Amino acid sequence: MQDKKRTWGKFILEVIFLVALFTLVQYLITVGILNRYYQINLTLMGINIILAVSLNLINGFTGQLSLGHAGFMAIGAFASVIMTTLLDYPFIIGIIIAMLAAALAGFIIGVPTLRLKGDYLAIATLGFGEIIRVVLQNIDYTGGPAGISGIAKMTTWPVLFIAVVVTIVVIVNMINSSYGRAIISVREDEVAAEVMGINTTKYKVLAFVVGAAFAGLAGALYAHYFYIVKPETFNFLKSFDILVMVVLGGLGSTTGAVIAAIFITVLNAFLQEYAAVRMIIYALILIIVMIYRPQGLLGNKELSRKSFNRIWGGKHVSSTNK
Amino acid sequence: MLEFIQQLINGLSLGAIYALIALGYTMVYGIILLINFAHGDIMMVGAYVGFFSISLLGSNIIVAMVFAMVTCALLGVVIEKVAYRPLRNSTRIAALITAIGMSLFLEYVTLYFLTAQQRVYPASAFPLHKYEIAGLVISNKDIFIIVSAVIMMIILQYIIKRTKTGKAMRAVSLDKEAAVLMGISVDRIVSITFAIGSALAAAAGVMIGLYYNAINPLMGIIPGLKAFVAAVLGGIGLIPGAMVGGFLMGILETLVSGYWSSMYRDAVAFGVLILILLIKPTGLFGKNTGEKV
Repeated sequence: MQDKKRTWGKFILEVIFLVALFTLVQYLITVGILNRYYQINLTLMGINIILAVSLNLINGFTGQLSLGHAGFMAIGAFASVIMTTLLDYPFIIGIIIAMLAAALAGFIIGVPTLRLKGDYLAIATLGFGEIIRVVLQNIDYTGGPAGISGIAKMTTWPVLFIAVVVTIVVIVNMINSSYGRAIISVREDEVAAEVMGINTTKYKVLAFVVGAAFAGLAGALYAHYFYIVKPETFNFLKSFDILVMVVLGGLGSTTGAVIAAIFITVLNAFLQEYAAVRMIIYALILIIVMIYRPQGLLGNKELSRKSFNRIWGGKHVSSTNK
Repeated sequence: MLEFIQQLINGLSLGAIYALIALGYTMVYGIILLINFAHGDIMMVGAYVGFFSISLLGSNIIVAMVFAMVTCALLGVVIEKVAYRPLRNSTRIAALITAIGMSLFLEYVTLYFLTAQQRVYPASAFPLHKYEIAGLVISNKDIFIIVSAVIMMIILQYIIKRTKTGKAMRAVSLDKEAAVLMGISVDRIVSITFAIGSALAAAAGVMIGLYYNAINPLMGIIPGLKAFVAAVLGGIGLIPGAMVGGFLMGILETLVSGYWSSMYRDAVAFGVLILILLIKPTGLFGKNTGEKV
């Protein structure tokens, strides 16, 4: 079905689209149409996309409910800031160390806890997330509860854009590879997967580590945009924020996670002054989506050109939407 | 040694509060296998109802507690009907996410209407006396908390072990389908479970108000999580387990704050949870059961 030519065509089209998007936004920033306020929200949008897509790998594709994503973000943020601000290494080293540190933490936490199932796992990861925060609050080297301030602003639009694209490309390709099939089989039926010879623990830990690494990346970007990192920023409400995006977009849909992350960021921007209202809306989203559409808005479907074709009666209707 | 015993005594009243909250967690889990994340927030609502009945209606502490328990029993039943019942047959993850949503909803609706401001429990409701026995200090507040918690636990044990409703609850917890076949209305039993659990949480809320003197809309989160740890520690689904777990958690917390640092007390609670889940997930009193396919 998919001959090489069409794949190449698709790839080139995607690259053109991405370059166009990048250039457009860069142009708008240079010209000054996107002022500081829009830029902040744009950055948050990118960070939220990275967080939502990476958590979706764990919660949506692997089916392991993790509530500790903010903890990995914290590790990434602090690891990168230690490298750049305290030890004067370049930002790229900070990012790499952030991802490695978060991945290591994901491995250390994942190996024991991923033996647990469902709601126990959720609580255990929530616990680990909180432990990470409390420990950070008690380390004097990183400023204790006050955190580290005076961080240079290094998360520019090109850095952010590359980070988001890399995150999505890596995770989408991972899901479409044999690893991804194994990961999805764990979600669908762990026992059956094991019977088929899949080392379920290995794939669960793998998804967890990759998800954690990208959460670390998001943390590094976050720290280098807002000048200051405090452990308190990464409490479990932050994890719930990310969970809302994943649930809203669809457990197991990368496009859904991206759309939900954008939507939630815009919603946050509008409701900035009404924090309580914002949280009430989050709560209602969680409850209503779970009751009426437990698979999330997009379910495990992806939004692609094909789905647009289907909606507007295009030509390639024959193949099922993947 | 004296100091150690003093810490134990301080831990007992906190432990009694955790035990009451843990009972609600464990009962709900025993019956519908749901971690009711909103349980700690029901406790918070109870604390507020108690606060307003003391400060606005001028009632004494016992009346305030009863009032809070009745209100929260109703609240618990409504929450179950509206949010959890439609999800009875869906995945446990979906139910858990709904429970998280319900928890956030209760917290932030309260925050919206009552603001984030701390409220101080009126001292007039409970004049503080301190008694000194053989070098140990114990206040009438601690005695009140421990005694009323123990009375409630005895009443609960009576309901579960001796009444028809209690028998039905045990039956539903053991085997839901078989219970239905025996003519038990599962919906009714689940409602009753939520009512009892929420009432106990409300009583604990009033006690927390007394214990810490101050209440705020987000006060339910941490005690709620710790009570959950207590329930898991004792073996989730087991009522005696929740009681013992609650007391152990309370004592552990006061020991950690007393001898180490109060900053670590929350982290230690989660550490206990993770250790228990890894070493003996069925809890101290749980029986090991093989995993069913």
